Amino acid sequence: MSQPDDSAILSRPRYGKLSPVEANFHVFVADDSGGNSILSLAQSVPKDFFNDAEIIYINTKPVDNKATLEGLEALGCPRLYTGPTIKAALPRINASLERMRMGTQVYLAGSESLLGLATMIAMQVGLDHQALQTEHQGSLARRVQCVHCKGITDNVTTQPANCDHCGLLLLVRDHYSRRVAAFQGVNINAEDPSDIPVKEEMFS
Amino acid sequence: MATSAKDLPFKQETYRNDFTFKNSPETVLRAPFPFDKDSYMYAVNMELHRDGRPGTAFEAPIDVDEHYVAEMQDRALVLDEDPLRYQSLPHMSLAGWDTLELLMTCKAETYPQWFSLTRNGDNWHWINRPMGIDQHFVFGDESTLPYGPLEYITRQAQGDFCVLDERDDNLWMDAGMITTQADWSLDFDIGMNFFEWHAPVPLAHEKGIFIRALKYLRTIQQGNPARRLNWTMTVNPRLDTSPENFHIWGPENTHITPENVADKLYLRIELQSFWRLPRSNALLFPIRCYFLSMRDLSTVPKWATRMHRVLQTLPPEIASYKGLDNYRQIAIDWLAQHDDGSPTTEGPFPD
Ligand code: HEM
Repeated sequence: MSQPDDSAILSRPRYGKLSPVEANFHVFVADDSGGNSILSLAQSVPKDFFNDAEIIYINTKPVDNKATLEGLEALGCPRLYTGPTIKAALPRINASLERMRMGTQVYLAGSESLLGLATMIAMQVGLDHQALQTEHQGSLARRVQCVHCKGITDNVTTQPANCDHCGLLLLVRDHYSRRVAAFQGVNINAEDPSDIPVKEEMFS
Repeated sequence: MATSAKDLPFKQETYRNDFTFKNSPETVLRAPFPFDKDSYMYAVNMELHRDGRPGTAFEAPIDVDEHYVAEMQDRALVLDEDPLRYQSLPHMSLAGWDTLELLMTCKAETYPQWFSLTRNGDNWHWINRPMGIDQHFVFGDESTLPYGPLEYITRQAQGDFCVLDERDDNLWMDAGMITTQADWSLDFDIGMNFFEWHAPVPLAHEKGIFIRALKYLRTIQQGNPARRLNWTMTVNPRLDTSPENFHIWGPENTHITPENVADKLYLRIELQSFWRLPRSNALLFPIRCYFLSMRDLSTVPKWATRMHRVLQTLPPEIASYKGLDNYRQIAIDWLAQHDDGSPTTEGPFPD
């Protein structure tokens, strides 16, 4: 089940660059340096654009992100939420997307985990994929689902990586499920558990 | 009416633990040997599924053989352990009824001595003698069956079943019963499209194989099913080689030795067929697994010779993807005694 490392990841979504579109309302969800994608979009829109918008910003590194946060605050958006982690922000993301009216545009920017999770929620609430834009910024860390115990391990940067739940050493395959918003992890040393490959930083 | 499998008694045997699975000599001969020449490469190897050649697994549109009852018992064990091996997204219910109708009518027509279907409007009566099932139900009314229609009928049909929804010029894996898979996960792949679920396959994307294959599949019409063969190898006759349980069966990949290879290593053949369903317009994709041990193969000289040559020349990416690296050379060494270097006859069938 292994595959050449250089194979393009065909099941993984392609990300683009945020650009403003006509819409009744705009919802932005970003983490860390994804906030800068909102700021660069802001440079090309009319001043009152953010009156009809909501920004959900996940700020996991307040010191590094100081300037970004100040920039977001200066946009004059009446609804600016900040949260400390993606997990903490999920109920808010869920609530915002669930209550969305027709004609709303959703913009996601940031880590692959954030893009994956927010896309998953958007699919669950039945958002049309045309109403959704994504831009990747910052960490390449992967969310990985262990195929054995089905537990999800966040922020995986190494190959292989241990499952947070069952502890098995996982090969992170280049196989991505949008429904689960995660890559697939398969026990790397099942054939010979005494063979313990060294972990290498691969996705940071 | 198919005759070849008809008179075979159903075996009592296991696909796990003590692995008592065994082919009779007749079952070896009717296997759908997957190599029509002495080498192997991925290709759009598709053909119409009809004109069943007597005495082969192609004779009946939906083949039932001596392993039927044991295979269904193994499926039930898998589902008890892990119910996620069967899944169906909500919009696939109609395709489930289509599948039930197709499998029941095919089986009752081909094997009337084992299966019967009586229809009176929507009131249907299904008898499956090998499994001791006698069921009255109302077609289209889930409450009249012990399971949903797709789960109900695929608990009584050998092989795995994917049901593909067709929309946006693509096929979507939106339902399936997958317990005899060669190392892929329905739970992970459900909801993916044709290119997404094939993402891990090496070489074939670059060759444009999946683009052409999808085009072909989308032209399949009701009443004109198609088929292709795929293959891998498995240590022990273990139907359930799931990624979920890889940490349990994976160690067996290192257990092949020159002494045990003949009886412990199996060629695992998949007879895959493609059926357009009438009401839902979905595509049904049965994947039927046949095991031949290296010793079974050696009873057909042409097959052993050819297997030897295919393994020798198999591209390394394909060998690794299929998981053969631990035992490929041991198999080649054992098969060498059945290869005197002379040419083989064309086509897959025994001489
Ligand atoms: C619509 C029906 C089909 C379904 C549901 C299906 C499903 C799959 C799945 C789940 C895998 C395993 C991928 C993994 O490693 O995770 C696979 C492998 C593969 N599929 Fe398909 N497939 C279909 C049709 C086809 C067709 C028409 C072709 C024609 C060329 C094809 C060619 C292949 C090949 C070459 C592999 C690699 C197999 C190996 O080396 O063992 N598939 N398929």
